[in-house]
Amino acid sequence: MKIAPNVTPAKRPPEFQDGSSIRLPSLQILNQDGSVAAGANMPDLPRDQARKIYSDMLYIRLLDERMQNAQRQGRLSFYMTCTGEEASVAGTIAAFGAQDMVMAQYREQLALRYRGFTTAQFMNQLFGNIEDLGKGRMMPVHYGSRELNIMTISSPLATQIPQAAGYAYGQKLKGKDACTLCYFGEGAASEGDFHAGLNMAAVLNCPVVFVVRNNGYAISTPCSEQFATDGIAPRGLGYGIKTIRVDGNDILAVYAASVEARRIAIQEQRPVLIETISYRLGAHSTSDDPSGYRSKDEEQIWRDKDPIQRMKNWMIAQRWWDETSDSDLQQSYRTEILAELKLAEQRDKPPLGDLITDVYKSVPSHLLEQFQALEAHIAKYPDHYSV
Amino acid sequence: MANSTVREIGNEPKSRKMNLLQAINSGLDIAMATDQRVLCLGEDIGHFGGVFRATSNLQTKYGRDRCFNTPLTEQGIAGFAIGLAAQGSVPVAEIQFADYIFPAFDQIVNEAAKFRYRSGDEFNCGGMTIRTPYGGGIDGGLYHSQSPEAYFCHTPGLKVVIPSNAYQAKGLLLSAIRDPDPVIFFEPKAIYRASVGEVPEGDYEIPLGVAEVVQQGTDITLLGWGAQMAQIIKAAELAVDEGISCEVIDLCSLLPWDRDCVAQSVTKTGRLLISHEAPLTGGYAGEIAASIQQHCFLSLEAPISRVTGLDTPFPLIHEKHYLPDHLKIFESIVATCNY
Ligand SMILES: Cc1ncc(C[n+]2csc(CCOP(=O)(O)OP(=O)(O)O)c2C)c(N)n1
Repeated sequence: MKIAPNVTPAKRPPEFQDGSSIRLPSLQILNQDGSVAAGANMPDLPRDQARKIYSDMLYIRLLDERMQNAQRQGRLSFYMTCTGEEASVAGTIAAFGAQDMVMAQYREQLALRYRGFTTAQFMNQLFGNIEDLGKGRMMPVHYGSRELNIMTISSPLATQIPQAAGYAYGQKLKGKDACTLCYFGEGAASEGDFHAGLNMAAVLNCPVVFVVRNNGYAISTPCSEQFATDGIAPRGLGYGIKTIRVDGNDILAVYAASVEARRIAIQEQRPVLIETISYRLGAHSTSDDPSGYRSKDEEQIWRDKDPIQRMKNWMIAQRWWDETSDSDLQQSYRTEILAELKLAEQRDKPPLGDLITDVYKSVPSHLLEQFQALEAHIAKYPDHYSV
Repeated sequence: MANSTVREIGNEPKSRKMNLLQAINSGLDIAMATDQRVLCLGEDIGHFGGVFRATSNLQTKYGRDRCFNTPLTEQGIAGFAIGLAAQGSVPVAEIQFADYIFPAFDQIVNEAAKFRYRSGDEFNCGGMTIRTPYGGGIDGGLYHSQSPEAYFCHTPGLKVVIPSNAYQAKGLLLSAIRDPDPVIFFEPKAIYRASVGEVPEGDYEIPLGVAEVVQQGTDITLLGWGAQMAQIIKAAELAVDEGISCEVIDLCSLLPWDRDCVAQSVTKTGRLLISHEAPLTGGYAGEIAASIQQHCFLSLEAPISRVTGLDTPFPLIHEKHYLPDHLKIFESIVATCNY
């Protein structure tokens, strides 16, 4: 352990460094056609798990398409797709155990799917109905589930990063064979909380794996206006964190890196940073229109690197998958998604009482008074306040 | 809308219909055109023009040096703006949503607000203005709806301004940018497009610290700011049928606020109702009520009424129930007048 800055005399005249000599390579295993890159080390990924990963990616692609359309039809207030980035999340979550806590940003619906969040659960949150675990309080896509060890998404960016360090430190103190998996975007990595979180995780040796999804944009802001460095990975080095960059559209590369990352976090009890290089193929959200800040040509370059197609090519080459199974699966997912969508949008909204619960563990008297006044008021104008 | 205290600069008689967002954009344009030192910075505000498009075309017109995207860091944006202002620039920083101003709280409250005082006026960052969209009404839930004005009104050294329509937005923004103290300028995003009015195309300022009497009345004074004014005016219309005459005041500037204007009105009407979207406890209505009670005690014929959001985080599904709408204000007008 280094405890003080290295003071070995340097050569004269003074020589400054800006880190540009450090060019971190990006781990790649699969070529786009599904062949394995020469000399690549294949991770141990059994057929059934590969199929699950692939199926979940396919499912989320279809869910995203459907819900984006539902928003356009006015059935839903808001939605965010993860199109193009599926492998960055599927490949990481698949390397972790159910006991590991997940703290995500908002574009990681694949982590929920992988852990078993059901179509009904997605829909209930999206429509904020009476069965939404979050009681209809958060905007669409702010999922969370205690049962699945997935912390409820919060909109203020990067806040989960120091929280993940703290959560992991707690896991360590309890001697648990568990760590924390923390996702965020390259834009969020500009927040102060990123720096605080990584430094604390490193200094306090927290078993946390940070995954920064570098997808090229933070809303309209391209990476070139977000940071002057070679991506986010060099910052991990700066904080003394074991760091790797991977091709985020390469499911095997992401998975291989993640298996090792979890091993380091648990066995060495220290943080890890994974930077996945990918591209946000869709709009930032349904409120955004990317044609104002990037070209169709640029998007096409990344469409051609589709992570789902790449995994499919590999699966078919392995004879683990075929086109018929693929279209059958798509059809059954589409049917299920549409059916659950219809059910969820018809379910009742949460009761008015949910407005004042959970502010505190129990409702304080002043809030109860306010609520009673509200109820009396609504009783006077029932039509105006019916939802 | 004509406000007698408005100072028209130059004789530019032309005006056109603008919404609140276009008025902000026009105000920024004029500020940048008339003063080379004015800069705009913030997340996505460059080429894209901001997520609400308040800074549309400004980068094309004034160049990347003067209108630029920042990295995604509110504390960075606020600190950077303070530095610019200390150096003599006039930064107008955008915080994408008022809900995301909190990472910048330290820079604003401990730094910007105290820069002049702590240095004995050796240094100041008075040139800075922070613009930020606030308030509910867009299905935004907890983090795209908050009205955090009271936190900043509790901070000596800051000025806090909230326009309620397009005309005010431009005139107040130009004053805020040119004011010698740091100003937090909250924009009512719910009415960004819905609030449309005649706005002079040229340069004009509406002085800070001056309230606007929107409607004269005799029975009760209704006080608010920002998007809440529309609810208040609607409630005042309902009250007419009950034979109640409401005087309506738009505070415009919250810090410092026009106490004399409000006190004068309450001395006349004998009653005061204050309405804001933010929660009741610690909300700015409390401060106004205490102050008016002290100055108008002998004129008051009923307790001062506060019609506000509930003491909960901002909800999503129950937003409509949570918000202090025209019906809640109306009921409170009647109750106050029948006290
Ligand atoms: C503290 C804070 N500031 C601003 C925002 C508004 N905002 C939401 S998402 C976003 C861009 C995030 O980009 P990135 O972290 O790269 O993730 P991506 O959307 O690309 O997945 C911004 C600016 C926010 N949610 N929180």
